[in-house]
Amino acid sequence: MLIYDLGAKGRTAPAQYEQTDLPENHEIPTQCLRKSPLGLPEVSELQVVRHFTNLSKKNFSIDGEFYPLGSCTMKYNPRGAHVAASIPGFLNRHPLAPEIFSQGVMSCLYELQEYLKDVTGMRTVSLTPMAGAQGEFAGVAMIRAYHEKNNDPGRTEILIPIAAHGTNPATAVMCGYTVREVAVGRDGDVDIEALRAAVGPQTAGLMMTNPSTCGVFERKIQEIASLVHDAGGLLYYDGANLNAILGKVKPGDMGFDVLHMNLHKTFATPHGGGGPGSGPVGVGPRLEPFVPTPIVGLDTSGEAPRYFWKTKNDIPDSIGNLSAFMGNTGILLRAYAYARLLGNEGMNRVGEYATLNANYMAKRLAEAGFKLAYPERRATHEFIISMSREAKDLGVNAMDFAKRLLDYGYHAPTTYFPLLIPECLLIEPTETESREEIDGFVEAMKSILAEAKATPELVTGAPFTMPVKRLDDVKAARDLDLAYKG
Amino acid sequence: MPFVPHTHQDEQAMLAAVGVDSIESLFDEIPPELKSGILDQTPPGVSEMALLRLMNERAAQDEVRLSFLGAGAYEHHIPSAVWNIVGRGEFMTAYTPYQAEASQGTLQLIYEFQSMITRLTAMEVANASVYEGASALAEGVLMAVRANRKSKSRRVLCVGTVNPAYISATRNIVDNQGIVLDVLDYGTGSGKTELEALKEYEGADYAAVVVAYPNFFGGIEDVDAITNWAKEQGSLLIGVVNPTALGLLKPPGEWGNEGADIVIGEGQPLGIPLASGGPYLGFMCCKQSIVRQMPGRIIGQTIDLDGKPGFALTLQAREQHIRRAKATSNICTNQGLLVTAATIYMSLLGDKGLMSVANKCHQNTLKLINQATRIPGVFRRFNTPVFHEVVLKLPLPSAQVLNTMAKEKILGGYDLAALEDPALEDCILVNVTETKTDEDIALFVSALETACGGSSC
Repeated sequence: MLIYDLGAKGRTAPAQYEQTDLPENHEIPTQCLRKSPLGLPEVSELQVVRHFTNLSKKNFSIDGEFYPLGSCTMKYNPRGAHVAASIPGFLNRHPLAPEIFSQGVMSCLYELQEYLKDVTGMRTVSLTPMAGAQGEFAGVAMIRAYHEKNNDPGRTEILIPIAAHGTNPATAVMCGYTVREVAVGRDGDVDIEALRAAVGPQTAGLMMTNPSTCGVFERKIQEIASLVHDAGGLLYYDGANLNAILGKVKPGDMGFDVLHMNLHKTFATPHGGGGPGSGPVGVGPRLEPFVPTPIVGLDTSGEAPRYFWKTKNDIPDSIGNLSAFMGNTGILLRAYAYARLLGNEGMNRVGEYATLNANYMAKRLAEAGFKLAYPERRATHEFIISMSREAKDLGVNAMDFAKRLLDYGYHAPTTYFPLLIPECLLIEPTETESREEIDGFVEAMKSILAEAKATPELVTGAPFTMPVKRLDDVKAARDLDLAYKG
Repeated sequence: MPFVPHTHQDEQAMLAAVGVDSIESLFDEIPPELKSGILDQTPPGVSEMALLRLMNERAAQDEVRLSFLGAGAYEHHIPSAVWNIVGRGEFMTAYTPYQAEASQGTLQLIYEFQSMITRLTAMEVANASVYEGASALAEGVLMAVRANRKSKSRRVLCVGTVNPAYISATRNIVDNQGIVLDVLDYGTGSGKTELEALKEYEGADYAAVVVAYPNFFGGIEDVDAITNWAKEQGSLLIGVVNPTALGLLKPPGEWGNEGADIVIGEGQPLGIPLASGGPYLGFMCCKQSIVRQMPGRIIGQTIDLDGKPGFALTLQAREQHIRRAKATSNICTNQGLLVTAATIYMSLLGDKGLMSVANKCHQNTLKLINQATRIPGVFRRFNTPVFHEVVLKLPLPSAQVLNTMAKEKILGGYDLAALEDPALEDCILVNVTETKTDEDIALFVSALETACGGSSC
């Protein structure tokens, strides 16, 4: 039932506003006054609370279910970080408040910049991009600005390994580049010969994730970095998988010139049903002059330290602002709180236990008869199993397993990504899950495999216990119904 | 060991299962020279109790008594129920609703959001939101260039009264694709777009024309005439609107003869706290005929295997996870949690509530203007009608006046000196919403009078 179906003409939630008519001395020109209804629901406060509370119950969430979604890092989002970011002084601060009434929030942001530099091995961090994809945009726009500054207009191509996230090629195009894909070898590493053949004077840069979306660490990263740098290109690090190496390896040390981080992954800020994210960028010396603004500076010349905004006036070659204000500050504060709770030792353990959980889970699934995509490799924080054998022999594919897992109370892993492994499930348990939870998931997979052999319709028809069964996506796209018409 | 549940026994058993003797061995494929030592610029961890004490102390530094700042972010009453429900883990800690059967809550909610925002704007379709207002304009401009089949132009004409931060962010984003934003001068007496100025651009090929409503100075543009002019020129019309104002002002779907083609706006006034600038949400609506050029997620209603109604992401062939390099945008996330807040806000307010809020904002703004302009040397800078924001011309440099008011912990407005526009010398932009009482307005006026060297000092 839609909220609109609950309404009755004239019903309202009168505690929420002071009934006010248009003042007699109003100055709005008659032709600009609204004459049509606003078309919002007419419901009571309790109806609203009950409707949305009941809707929430139709969601899986980290708080409710194990969510081993590969490349998404669905780990516990500490309540303390949420409460800390919701303190009234932070929540009520206007984005344009003068610096004298902003030292509290700015001190947190400044320190977060410092921690993120430490974690990534980068020279400067800008917190302003509002999501991973905007961080990617900022990164590639900086690469573009760098080549323009060097009067090097022939660099028109961005190289991207085929296992990359879809945002990478989409970002390159948004920044006016063409994309050339680079093959990945059978062991999950980039095909060096293919890369050697692809780099050249047209190469603006290479975008890659390490560990890659194949769930393995790219062992030849230093060689890749030299190849690209020798050809005059720059290296972009997609930080989607930073959780795997947090506290263990710094992308700056691998040779990357620029990266974005997904704070909603590695720094445990909530995913919110699809956002908000937060995608700070870090840069090495080559791209330092181009960082997006604003960033927080610290002036220690006076009696007390003073934080101030650095804008395009201070960083003239900056690619500038990418939003009206300072990006998703509320998310940055949550990430700051998370970093403080963990501290340096805690961060070190993130990568360690994320990796332990993934390797343990991969081993147990392999023992249960599932086919690992890269059995000879160490798993990183995530790994891939391929269901192509089950699809061929039993007629039960990766999507069927994913849907049946929902009936067992587990969110599905990422399905059919990366594209180069057929019938794949990309599984990322994260460090915050216990051994028992992982064991439970493995048992569910074993059970589903048994069902696939004995009663395949139980798997191919799943899910059965969700609010709806499988939905007709074709109808959704063909008979577009995007808004209530009642 | 925050948030890692492993006991020593767990760890040993898991390592044994994997067949290694230490966690370090799991990293043996990483070249040893790449491994870093302990992070030395990051402090040791603290307890939640210590963290909250620290954060409370920091937040306290930023508290003020009264704020009349607007300029794109507005203080409104947020019903308690909004964030109480948004804070439920089922909304807060869910992922993007790719597994539709396990995400019907979020999916239905976004469908309801799309329904409410299309009605409020009188447009046909909406997406599930983008990051915030300024980047929404960039997406709107990119969309218009793709969608306008009549024009091959990669230029867009923007009136000069659009929020300057929106203009710069849009340029910073669209420049990379060789798209140019030409910005029109505004009338220095009216603070709005002069139709005469538009005429100079007659016959020039623009993919779209951008107009803000209310504009950055709070003023109400001649949207009917501008929309009709744009359409006559073969351009699409992009409206940048404030959702609260639409409780009072004619919605963009009804502008001129045909209505706006693309509407974007900052959704923050709909139940989102100011929070230093984000997270907010950018809303984005359009005519159905160009929906396939819309970026971002879109939710549609469909049926399941049993014929039962349900909701799913749709038109995904536009998006990066399917189309990769051929996607309409690289955008991946929407602002799901903020959409949740905005949807609950709009449900609680309803037509009567949002109209009352809009009326009250306007009424309070008129009160402040009437009282403030009695101060010697304080004038209304422009003669165009305003909604809930106004430019005041001061007898002294704006920074000096605002600094004096700040000593009383009153933020008197946005210092327009930042724009380095000679027409805005000694000017501030003042916003008044429904949250201000008569006493608050009186306090503002008395602080302003004092700061301007008036009788009360």
